[in-house]
Amino acid sequence: MRRISGWHLVLAPLALLFALPLIWLLVSSVMSNAEINRFPPALWPHSIKFDGYRYVLGNALFPRWFLNSFIVSAVAVTANLVLGSLGGYAFARIRFAGSKLVLGLMLATMVIPFQLTMIPTFLVMKQLGLIDTLGALIVPSLVTPLSVFLFRQFFVSLPRELEEAAWIDGCGRLRILVSIVLPLARPALSTVAVLTFLATWNDLTWPLIAINSDSTYTLQLGLTTFQGQHHTQWSAVMAGNVITVLPVLLGFLLAQKAFIRSLASTGLKG
Amino acid sequence: MAGHSSVVGTFTVDPRSRAAKRRRRGEGATGWAFVSPSVVIILGLSVVPVLWSLLLSFQVNDLVSPSEWVGLANYKALLTDPTFGSAVSHTLVYTALYVPLSVIAGLAIAIALDRKIALIGLYRTLVFVPFVVSAAAQGVLFSFVLDPEFGVANSLLHKAGLPAQGFFSDPGQALYLLVAISLWSGTGFCVIVYLAGLQGVSGELVEAARIDGAGRWGVLRHVTLPALAPVSIFLLLFQTINALQVFDLVFVTTKGGPLGSTTVIVYFIWEKAFKTFTAGYSAAAAYTLAVALLVVGVALQLYRRRVAAR
Repeated sequence: MRRISGWHLVLAPLALLFALPLIWLLVSSVMSNAEINRFPPALWPHSIKFDGYRYVLGNALFPRWFLNSFIVSAVAVTANLVLGSLGGYAFARIRFAGSKLVLGLMLATMVIPFQLTMIPTFLVMKQLGLIDTLGALIVPSLVTPLSVFLFRQFFVSLPRELEEAAWIDGCGRLRILVSIVLPLARPALSTVAVLTFLATWNDLTWPLIAINSDSTYTLQLGLTTFQGQHHTQWSAVMAGNVITVLPVLLGFLLAQKAFIRSLASTGLKG
Repeated sequence: MAGHSSVVGTFTVDPRSRAAKRRRRGEGATGWAFVSPSVVIILGLSVVPVLWSLLLSFQVNDLVSPSEWVGLANYKALLTDPTFGSAVSHTLVYTALYVPLSVIAGLAIAIALDRKIALIGLYRTLVFVPFVVSAAAQGVLFSFVLDPEFGVANSLLHKAGLPAQGFFSDPGQALYLLVAISLWSGTGFCVIVYLAGLQGVSGELVEAARIDGAGRWGVLRHVTLPALAPVSIFLLLFQTINALQVFDLVFVTTKGGPLGSTTVIVYFIWEKAFKTFTAGYSAAAAYTLAVALLVVGVALQLYRRRVAAR
């Protein structure tokens, strides 16, 4: 038998400490209201009750918030993959006048704090008539400088020889990108998809500013108001919270390697 | 590659080269066609707002009626606004606690996790997972855990024979609780980045130091930490920028209270623009924050270059 390392004595309690709040989130979401509102509260449910979930899913608005979040994130991810790879490829491979200047300008915008642009962005969206629509959430997240930059870095590191044969055969740039370069770009595609999904699904500040009516809320925004209105129905609030957290958690557990690689690599390159 | 082919082209009459030249001319248009959607969206939604924000900061504006030019009045008012002063100091306290604690804890945990033992993958996952939970969800969860009446935290304190706490309703505790929650969710990111960085620490150097008689601490101080310096500086920069911009968690848990004890700068900016509708004043506060961020960023970049040059 293998000797059990003494490090477990340090690492197991530490890991548990990080996991505990999320375990409590799951546990409390399946408690009955009677159990949850008792003092001192029960530490473990005596029977598993799905009242909270039933309440949340039966609520007219909650499924709608989920759909809104899903639409915004899905469009943002797709658009970042398409526009980011087009831009990143051109900056990496095509020589055209002004490309260095424009790329430099785009990268410089990464250091602008969101708080500086949020009021004028609100005014721009108001001019466009998009305030209080999903469009106001979608337009600013269609493509980020980080997506373009990550694709560019990946394409620069690809050997040119791969594209040369197609180039000599008279293939256009778009065809080369779609049929040769992109199939090789899975790491870049997954990195951009992960980072975009995380940013749009989890965002609260911008929906808070751009959305007024509760039928246009995203999950995050809905959850915060839901908490205020249903303070006594904690099991429903926690069930709603589980539903908000679940897509990211599932995505993380399914694509853990790509997820961690993408976050670590943006960290190490930054 | 392009340079190479053009040199060859001047000496040979290659029928392909004329076609290549024609193609290259068309390339400029293709390039612009590929980048223009990104350029229009990114520059349009950053350069325009940045300039607009600057103009706003010299105006009185309520987001609806035409604005009025007031020069530096907003900035002057900020200097004497006690709410802004306390927002700055709350932000600084939060940053001064969160940044070093998350980076040091991240390093320590990463070193502890950097070994091949059973369950290590599970430990890493558990430490990192809070990072992907949105600030809104964290806020709702901890408002519940820390609820003075129904929360499990007070129930545990009660079982341990300790007095019940006010948590977010106590002005003396709220800001520190926000730091603690941010540490719970944000340390995992430092751990992951350090774990990736540790892969790059040369095993030969560690070995050499061992042979030279360095103990565990010696190796850490003289080999590991210097090798991780670029990673550490990146994390300090990244965490500082995030800390100075903390908002979502505050909005969900305390809304700046109790008694303004957790009003941070971005909360102040949001409140002035979208609750009291003094957008010009808010823009001036945002510009003040942006300049502070710029100074931090430039200082750390310079330091980073010095470290890299060594």
